[in-house]
Amino acid sequence: MSASRDDDPRIHGIKSKIRVVPNFPKPDIMFQDITTLLLDPEAFKDTIDLFVERYRGKNISVVAGIEARGFIFGPPIALAIGAKFVPLRKPKKLPGDVIREEYVLEYGRDCLEMHLGAVKPGERALVVDDLIATGGTLCAAMNLLERAEAEVVECACVIELPDLKGRERLKGKPLYVLVESH
Amino acid sequence: MFAKESGLQGDPRLKAISEAIRVVPHFPKQGIMFQDITTLLLDHKAFKDAVDIFVDRYRDMDISVVAGVEARGFIFGPSIALAIGAKFVPLRKPKKLPGEVICEAYELEYGTDCLEMHVEAAQPGERVLIIDDLVATGGTLSAAIRLLERVGAEVVECACVIGLPEFKVMLFKFMVEDTLQLSLSS
Repeated sequence: MSASRDDDPRIHGIKSKIRVVPNFPKPDIMFQDITTLLLDPEAFKDTIDLFVERYRGKNISVVAGIEARGFIFGPPIALAIGAKFVPLRKPKKLPGDVIREEYVLEYGRDCLEMHLGAVKPGERALVVDDLIATGGTLCAAMNLLERAEAEVVECACVIELPDLKGRERLKGKPLYVLVESH
Repeated sequence: MFAKESGLQGDPRLKAISEAIRVVPHFPKQGIMFQDITTLLLDHKAFKDAVDIFVDRYRDMDISVVAGVEARGFIFGPSIALAIGAKFVPLRKPKKLPGEVICEAYELEYGTDCLEMHVEAAQPGERVLIIDDLVATGGTLSAAIRLLERVGAEVVECACVIGLPEFKVMLFKFMVEDTLQLSLSS
């Protein structure tokens, strides 16, 4: 589901603050830059509020954020809804015992790690990132949480690139986004 | 200065925050006692208390920019920025920020690394708070300060959850004289 179809008056302001940077990180990629959104305190607050309004009171005890831009949106949501924040990181960043999930990139593979014991069986979890493209990273994130026997309630992103069909890679789990970019 | 030296001594929240931080020996290599804040993030009340302590301190200081150092500064900075009505500016490793950036080199144990910031992130005269989870030698924070000063902003303070003892020793070597350090736990 996309909030942009809900006509919430805050959505237009949020979308207008996202900057598109052509040919980054390589030619032909139109990069969706959320840093300009973060420079507008009101629009950034609206972004967080939209997620908090949706997830408050839903008995979600875990917000998992994907390094690094998921670290910007996840913690404010977690704090507001009374959940813990669990960082999902690139390899070798988390100390102590971790579980690893590999996933496929356009060229090659990458890996996401989560602390063992961060999440308990039966906990209800939200996965947060700034953007969903192909869905590969979000799928890996969901796998980590499910391997720890948590229940992934929903994936939440500020931006979706619907043409890349990432929504279909979420193993049937729902996706909530604020803006779409074609 | 540490929070307990600046009037927060005996604040019961500080003890809980300190106890929520996990020390992991020999990470990322032998001899290093790694201060792991992820366990703090699993304790909602302690995490909220840490953010609240910073917000209480900075709310009335007319700060319009909170700059957070990648990646753990991203975990604390935005919540503080939102609460005090400031912008959040991410300071990142090279090649992560699109568009026009400025770059400051800083020393690692072996070699150097670089911190980048968008050129338009802060305006001349803006008052800035810099956030990271931990300060050790102060090298990264010094680079962060230089970035903000290069665009004419004024760094009011640096704030970290953890201050390691060695930073006091290196403080005068790296930091501008009138920039204070606030750390929550030692």
